[in-house]
Amino acid sequence: MSESIVITSGKGGVGKTTSTANIGTYLAMKGYKVALVDTDIGLRNLDVVMGLENRIVYDIVDVVEGQCRLKQALIKDKRFDGLYLLPAAQTRDKSAVTPEQMQKLISDLKEEFDYILVDCPAGIEQGFKNAIAGADRAIVITTPEVSAVRDADRIIGLLEASDLHDPLLVINRIKMDMVKRGDMMDIEDIIDILAIDLLGVIPDDENIIISSNRGEPIVTDEKSLAGQAYRNLVERLLGNDVPLINLDVGNGFMGRLKRLFKMA
Amino acid sequence: MDLFKSFGSKNSSKDIAKERLQLLLVHDRADVSPKFLETIKEDILNVISNYVDIDETGLSVEITKEKRSDNTYMPALHANIPIKKMKQVIR
Repeated sequence: MSESIVITSGKGGVGKTTSTANIGTYLAMKGYKVALVDTDIGLRNLDVVMGLENRIVYDIVDVVEGQCRLKQALIKDKRFDGLYLLPAAQTRDKSAVTPEQMQKLISDLKEEFDYILVDCPAGIEQGFKNAIAGADRAIVITTPEVSAVRDADRIIGLLEASDLHDPLLVINRIKMDMVKRGDMMDIEDIIDILAIDLLGVIPDDENIIISSNRGEPIVTDEKSLAGQAYRNLVERLLGNDVPLINLDVGNGFMGRLKRLFKMA
Repeated sequence: MDLFKSFGSKNSSKDIAKERLQLLLVHDRADVSPKFLETIKEDILNVISNYVDIDETGLSVEITKEKRSDNTYMPALHANIPIKKMKQVIR
């Protein structure tokens, strides 16, 4: 049975696109057929993060307007079989697609794919409404900052109002040294405030920038901590019980993280 | 566990962040429009003026936050109702 998952956050720049790319890539590495859908019309970037920007011929607007067939617009990933990208249009705006068209598109994609991951634009306007239109589940990304958590809370409310219940939380770019100093909100603090289930925690890792420079999702990097965090996140998404990795290079944090995960 | 408590002093910036967020979300989640508060104000006025004379110009109704004993916050409807004089209530 296929499932569509929207990756959203409210605030921009917290890691929606990077997370979409990594979650999708690892699902494909595990053998699932995965379609990544970029709904950020006018500001597309998922193609760049995936390193597929030179292969775009048609885009999502071409598909909904009937300029091409869905299969023609889907770009096959360079590395993994079963991984495809449906890019956003760059020269149009969010009003070029309606929620009804999105629902139709997602249900068409479900005939071919196991997972459809929808990369949602920042904001709560039309682009957001389009992105969540065909979604079965939602992942909310936040960072340990007041502004990002606030926007995540707003998004959680809007998802609920749109009958998308029980969204899963991803805390991105946590810096354990700052948490230790008491200068960054901890996983526990954020879960406390947002009161939704935790799917994963991604450490702040400069390798993410390096990998996006190359157009290769970090999840393919065996050695990086963030890559491991994304792989574990996907395992949990698939229903496997994987404890949070020890993000702390020092001592003593493991037990706490483990306890936390049991709570979540 | 206690070890972790000692990591941040009371006024660490994360505590400030958390407290600010909690206050912020009380308002965001309550999602109260001025119109909503105006409606409540009128209704309160109607009920209370059966019993007391109210100084309507000094009447204020707003959403505030109350600190609970566990140091978290909850929204509270705060009405400030200046009384001119009590009315004779017929029981």
